[in-house]
Amino acid sequence: MGLLTPDPGLLFWMVIVFAVVFFVLAKYGFPVVIKMVEDRKAYIDESLKAARAANEQLASIKAESDKILAQAHEEQARILNEAAATRDRIIRDAEDRARTEGARLMEEMKRQVEVEKECAIRDIRRQVAVLSVGIAEKVLRSKLADEMQQEELIDHMLDDMLDSVKK
Amino acid sequence: MKKLRYIALYLLLLASPAGMVCAQEADTIAAPSAADTTLREEIAQDVAQAEVMAADSLVGEDGKEEGGVDVNELVFGHIGDSYEWHIASFGDTHISIPLPVIVHSSTGWHVFCSSKIAEGEEYEGLYIAKGGAYDGKIVERNAAGEEVRPFDISITKNVLGLFINSAVLLIIMMSCVRWYKKHPVEQGAPKGGVGMMEALILMIYDDVIKGCIGEDYKRYAPYLLTAFFFVLVNNLMGLIPIFPGGANVTGNIAITMVLALCTFVLTNVYGTKEYWKEIFWPEVPTWLKAPVPMMPLIEFFGIFTKPFALMIRLFANIMAGHAAILSLIAIIFITVKAGPVINGSMTVVAVLFGIFMDALEVLVAFIQAYVFTMLSAVFIGLSRVKGHESKK
Repeated sequence: MGLLTPDPGLLFWMVIVFAVVFFVLAKYGFPVVIKMVEDRKAYIDESLKAARAANEQLASIKAESDKILAQAHEEQARILNEAAATRDRIIRDAEDRARTEGARLMEEMKRQVEVEKECAIRDIRRQVAVLSVGIAEKVLRSKLADEMQQEELIDHMLDDMLDSVKK
Repeated sequence: MKKLRYIALYLLLLASPAGMVCAQEADTIAAPSAADTTLREEIAQDVAQAEVMAADSLVGEDGKEEGGVDVNELVFGHIGDSYEWHIASFGDTHISIPLPVIVHSSTGWHVFCSSKIAEGEEYEGLYIAKGGAYDGKIVERNAAGEEVRPFDISITKNVLGLFINSAVLLIIMMSCVRWYKKHPVEQGAPKGGVGMMEALILMIYDDVIKGCIGEDYKRYAPYLLTAFFFVLVNNLMGLIPIFPGGANVTGNIAITMVLALCTFVLTNVYGTKEYWKEIFWPEVPTWLKAPVPMMPLIEFFGIFTKPFALMIRLFANIMAGHAAILSLIAIIFITVKAGPVINGSMTVVAVLFGIFMDALEVLVAFIQAYVFTMLSAVFIGLSRVKGHESKK
């Protein structure tokens, strides 16, 4: 039997064995491996995608936090400014009020002083009048011996009074 | 397709010098080794014939020297099949594993141990033929006294080798599958042996199957992967010199024939309309096909030559590899008679070349499995051609 003639017995067994091997491997062998590899590929792809998404999210979160921080800074500056302005205004207001109050007090003071002065002057004038009347009485008593002189004096006095009324 | 052509060309180039070197080695080794010219011629003849596979012409030729080693029997005894698994011989004691003989002869079924017919004995009318058309096979005599072969499905050495190698393949693959079942996707890729198998599977799956078949590669993937690993495991197991390896399984034409037939069936059963059109009415000048169907005839024969080439390629490569290694080793025993100096130096040379050939055969084992799968995929891919409109 030559090498080039296939032996029927071996052919028979080969068909059976190859069929069994093929059946087992095609059913339980290679599909499992290939499916696993494909699953793994999908899983890796998915993981990469997820990682990219997470990265992006992280970046956006960072940007947002930066934004919030900047906003907070701005707010702080604004509040500080406002506070300074308020303070200035309050101080100015207080100054203004103090000034006006001072002025008012001063005015009042002046008016009182004026009133006091008036009073004093009036008092002095009354005193002077009393004194002058007394003095005049004394003078008159000594001088009004003469009728003529008396008349003259009365006239003179009346004139003066009339003048002052006229004024 | 261009890439494929380059690969095929490269493989051809790779294979041809190896074969040449083999032949030359055999010659150059043979020349100085033999003291007398007859022995030299004998070896050269043996090696050359082993390479050429002129098996039929060798039948009956006597390669035996007086008291020497029968190289013919040694080489072809290994390459061929036998009813027992011979392991070693010490003088006249043969250590071999007897295998079951299952035969359906004219007297019905016979199942017995091959040791019963080991030394040319006859058992239940059956014996192993010596010489003749059925040399080395179990025969019986019919009424006319002629030797006829009964229906013989004995578990021979090759069948047992086939069983063992298939079991090895299944164990390897199933242990890989078990790894996958135990580990969820999230745990990442396997390492070590399973990782190597995965890399191999993916190499064939992605590069060969996806690349050569195209669109519906998924339907053919199980067959092609099975064929690849089946051939690879059988090739590699054949290189292990002792039991349970060493059976020349893929170097047997029955094995490669079944594989090639599978490819043939897959190619033609699922061939598209376009595939058949290209065979019987190819796009060539009309005079090439109209009055005398020259091209259709050539194309039609192509259907058969393609798987035939697959069958012969694998068979011849593996068988020639086994023959070359055995011939190299046989040199050691042949040169025993030529004196200790020549024998010693020849032993060194033979061992060195034996190592080289073994390394080469490991490469060839892979390449042949790869080529078989790739060409099967290419043939299947060619049978899946779509119309030219859809190509554009």
